[in-house]
Amino acid sequence: MTKYIGKRLLYMIISLWLIVTATFFLMRIAPGNPFASEKKLPPEIEANLQAHYGLDQPWYQQYFDYLINVVTWDFGPSFKYKSQTVNDLITEGFPVSFVLGFQAILIAVAFGVLFGVIAALRQNKWQDYSTMAVAVLGISVPSFIMATFLQYFLAIKLQIFPVARWESFMHTILPAIALAAGPMAYIARLTRSSMIEVLANDYIKTAKAKGLSGGVITVKHAMRNALLPVVTYLGPLTAGVLTGSFVIEKIFGIPGLGFHFVTSITNRDYTVIMGVTVFYSILLLLAILLVDIAYGIIDPRIKLAGKKGE
Amino acid sequence: MEKILEVKDLKVSFQTYGGTVQAVRGVSFDLHKGETLAIVGESGSGKSVTSQTLMKLIPMPPGQITGGEILFYGDDIVPKSEKEMENIRGKDISMIFQDPMTSLNPTMKVGNQIIEGLIKHQGLSKADAKKRAIKLLELVGIPMPDKRVNQYPHEFSGGMRQRAMIAIALATNPKLLIADEPTTALDVTIQAQILELMKELQAKMDTSIIFITHDLGVVANVADRVAVMYAGQIVEIGTVDEIFYDPKHPYTWGLLASMPSVDNDTKDELAAIPGTPPDLTNPPIGDAFAARNKYALAIDYEEEPPMFQISETHFAKTWLLHPDAPHVEPPAAVKLRQRQMSSNFDKPVIVKEGI
Repeated sequence: MTKYIGKRLLYMIISLWLIVTATFFLMRIAPGNPFASEKKLPPEIEANLQAHYGLDQPWYQQYFDYLINVVTWDFGPSFKYKSQTVNDLITEGFPVSFVLGFQAILIAVAFGVLFGVIAALRQNKWQDYSTMAVAVLGISVPSFIMATFLQYFLAIKLQIFPVARWESFMHTILPAIALAAGPMAYIARLTRSSMIEVLANDYIKTAKAKGLSGGVITVKHAMRNALLPVVTYLGPLTAGVLTGSFVIEKIFGIPGLGFHFVTSITNRDYTVIMGVTVFYSILLLLAILLVDIAYGIIDPRIKLAGKKGE
Repeated sequence: MEKILEVKDLKVSFQTYGGTVQAVRGVSFDLHKGETLAIVGESGSGKSVTSQTLMKLIPMPPGQITGGEILFYGDDIVPKSEKEMENIRGKDISMIFQDPMTSLNPTMKVGNQIIEGLIKHQGLSKADAKKRAIKLLELVGIPMPDKRVNQYPHEFSGGMRQRAMIAIALATNPKLLIADEPTTALDVTIQAQILELMKELQAKMDTSIIFITHDLGVVANVADRVAVMYAGQIVEIGTVDEIFYDPKHPYTWGLLASMPSVDNDTKDELAAIPGTPPDLTNPPIGDAFAARNKYALAIDYEEEPPMFQISETHFAKTWLLHPDAPHVEPPAAVKLRQRQMSSNFDKPVIVKEGI
């Protein structure tokens, strides 16, 4: 197990290096620079700025400096927000994004699994048809449309929730729902088909022949086996929630990491873009690693390489 | 001997898109304490549906019991609710399924799968149930049971899994064990071991067994009595000797003639029953077997044969036993081993109602 995790961590470092390199060069290729604005700066000032941020160095020098900084977890100063470093932005924005993302994943998994199980147990009855109709809707409506609908009906018309901003728990609900709707619908469909498949298995009949009640069979025998595909989906789901939150944070005016990320791209704030990209990559790679480990725990048939013998 | 089960004119059908399939069409039999009844027949003859109906394990809907009674210790199971059935299943009646590779939950420890029933039906604590599970694994011949109890099914071989299934089924000392082709998915040496084990445990626990199979070799080995099913009906039932040495129904002849045997030194090819079983959405008029039966009489196409009683225990549903029927010779393979049964009546008697 330790060997397996060690190996995975090594691969993660290689992937990160590739990601850092790719973003670094892609950004240099893109036209424009952080100091380009409508009002042209005098050449001396621009040269001074370039020198201050090390942009006058040859590209390989900049690249190696950056690599060393990343290894020491120093993403450098922001080009646009004076006196703020990228590390500051991450420590400030990430907790907000984390709460939003965590709530969204929680909603998506809890309700997705619940709806999926209900639909499977009542296959081809009205419960099945109605939940699946809602699920198709959830998958087809993009999160930004869902967000504006929620704002319009629940915040402006009914005034149950605040429209935007990030101040109390009530403020977190609408953005979390908007972010969770798509994944929730997907999980519901995934759970349904997987449950239907599992319920047709012989061991369900064995469980029934033991005299167990329907509830016990569903929870103890069917769900654990049916949830394997859902666990697999948690990796991509994390990615979806992360990227989804860029838009949602912008719409709801939430000062999270995604908000800074989007702003930094329009500002061409090189260090912020790269810093946040690297940070997100680490999160995603960790999420995938956790999913793989969880998979091995839930399904004893899956042996993580290095656990025994291998 | 005490009669524990009495099935009277049981009818089961399934609603499908193609129409109503009459899977079981009036089956009657009984079972005594400690006895093994084998139900044989080809695929689709209704033997599995019959046995699963005894525990009401068939999916309802689309399945439906359209008639008859299942008296278990005199108590009719048919009208019982799902909740009442939960207290019978796994406690008084247990079941072993065909494929041990898929009948155990892959993500649950074998021990936990055994103790579920014990906790539910005998109210044991988890610790006591586990001790009992280890004893049961030992009883069914699994070595190192205290280690095995914490393993998952994929760590067991096929034969071991079937032993574990037997442990699950026998955990609560059921009065009736239904074994639905328990050896079909196993290789021959393991088959013999499992059959040996079942006989041994039956003797120990005095459990009655209904043994579903299409393997006549297995039948000869385990059964006290045999019921031959065809197209959802029992066409012949009798003691194992009566069925093997004095069969009366042409379908039983066909089955026996198609069984390879060591002492069958005829150079002939192994016989096969031509054709396929009838479509039970529209069961044929008359004898369901008539179309495949080379001994079929004209009446077989018009009227369903009644049940004839040949001895106290032997019944067959064929017009050939009628006093007016012409005398026919069974196939050579059957004739070779035919013996005169001393218990036979002078003449077959028509019985009105089943058995």
